[in-house]
Amino acid sequence: MINFEYACPSNVAEAVRQSAADPRAKFIAGGTNLVDLMKKDVERPARLIDISRLPLKSVAEAPGGALRIGALVPNTDLAYHPLVEQRYPMLSSAILAGASQQLRNMASTGGNLLQRTRCYYFYDVASPCNKREPGSGCSAVTGFNRQHAILGASDACLATHPSDMCVALAALEAKVHVVGPGGERTIAFGDFHRLPGSEPQRDTNLQPAEIITAVELPARGFSRNYTYLKIRDRLSYAFALVSVAVGLELENGTIREARLALGGVAHKPWREENAEAALRGQAASDDKFARAADLLLRDAKGLSHNAFKIDLAHRAVVRALGQAARATPQSQSNKAIR
Amino acid sequence: MATPTPLPKKIAIALTVNGTPKQLELAPWTTLLDALRDHLDLTGTKKGCDHGQCGACTVLVDGRRVNACLVLAVMKDGATVTTIEGLARNGALHPLQQAFIDHDAFQCGYCTPGQICSAAGLIAEGRAKSPDEIRELMSGNICRCAAYPNIIAAIQQAMAAMGSRS
Repeated sequence: MINFEYACPSNVAEAVRQSAADPRAKFIAGGTNLVDLMKKDVERPARLIDISRLPLKSVAEAPGGALRIGALVPNTDLAYHPLVEQRYPMLSSAILAGASQQLRNMASTGGNLLQRTRCYYFYDVASPCNKREPGSGCSAVTGFNRQHAILGASDACLATHPSDMCVALAALEAKVHVVGPGGERTIAFGDFHRLPGSEPQRDTNLQPAEIITAVELPARGFSRNYTYLKIRDRLSYAFALVSVAVGLELENGTIREARLALGGVAHKPWREENAEAALRGQAASDDKFARAADLLLRDAKGLSHNAFKIDLAHRAVVRALGQAARATPQSQSNKAIR
Repeated sequence: MATPTPLPKKIAIALTVNGTPKQLELAPWTTLLDALRDHLDLTGTKKGCDHGQCGACTVLVDGRRVNACLVLAVMKDGATVTTIEGLARNGALHPLQQAFIDHDAFQCGYCTPGQICSAAGLIAEGRAKSPDEIRELMSGNICRCAAYPNIIAAIQQAMAAMGSRS
């Protein structure tokens, strides 16, 4: 880890000002990803701006039945918050599917959105990586790419976003509140993360010196018919090969509203409006679920080691839609998939 | 010759460690794990992977279990820290320590302080009841000797013994 300066501003405006004044500074909150990356010399900030003491730790009801989650609410507190367990159990489930309890105790809501890919070439400073060092090349193209993207990748980058929580936030159509030198703005969750394109070094559309202050969940929580199904190499404490967040609203067996997001397959949580539209107005049945999976994975493309993910994702989507329709969500302790 | 950039200055912090107030002057990049081991001589907390993957460094900060290797100590100014050295009371082993002995819940012992601190956090959280739930919520602690069945049995014993206080 390189040497760095440390600052602990007492309010959000001061934190933004300090960040804007020093382009080599980085914010730190939970630190679970940043400190790790600093130990690997992947991140080399000249200054850390500690935002962990800022007053962004509350979960509060907001107008229109929404729930506003402060950016510094730890992942554990969010997963176990009574209103989240009641109204957004898909989000609780997704959070508890990720990392370990120690890491969830440390990790913040905003930081979860900002975690970097777990592509092993990104972590290995001896390997070319366009995300770490733009223009150096992508080692995963000809290397080991079993974990990598099957959707939305570019020639420059095949990385996937590692978060489970974000897959649920995408399905729930959360909003991200940020503040920066230019003031406050709100970003729709689908617009927060980017596809790699020719600038894979940019994970998100946050601007320099902007801070996430809150994540807002709209009233629609899919608390009855939902699931978060995560498929991975180990039963616990492993990143997803494929994960699926589903929220359905059913009326006499007919799907009125459907949300479907995939994790582990792209540079951001993957949704496809056509796939969700194809479910609306239909009976909840396996053939309709398979049709939605076809549409969701229409543009999927396998690499040398990960083509299996396309079939895996298809089956996981059908299974997850069934779990949600039956109101038998995936348990995150007993890992049997039913 | 260029003047070398001066090192960032050390920062004074206060921690309460195992009930005792401590004053420390630390470089910003000192992890809580290194502060405990190298500055306070509390070597019970182990450095395993040093990347938050193995759980050997688990301690309780303000009552919650965390990976001390990923915590920058300066960010915890004013915090209360409990390590494996702080669990016994008046010479009596903590119920988890006794249970790990009773169930032979280790082989080499290197992961044990982290396992026990993590289990103390788990019991305080009150979320795990079944063996499945204990396994899932202890998945951040790896035991390469694979003493897992005995670790689960030990935690169940301690949970029962501590039932009245958790």
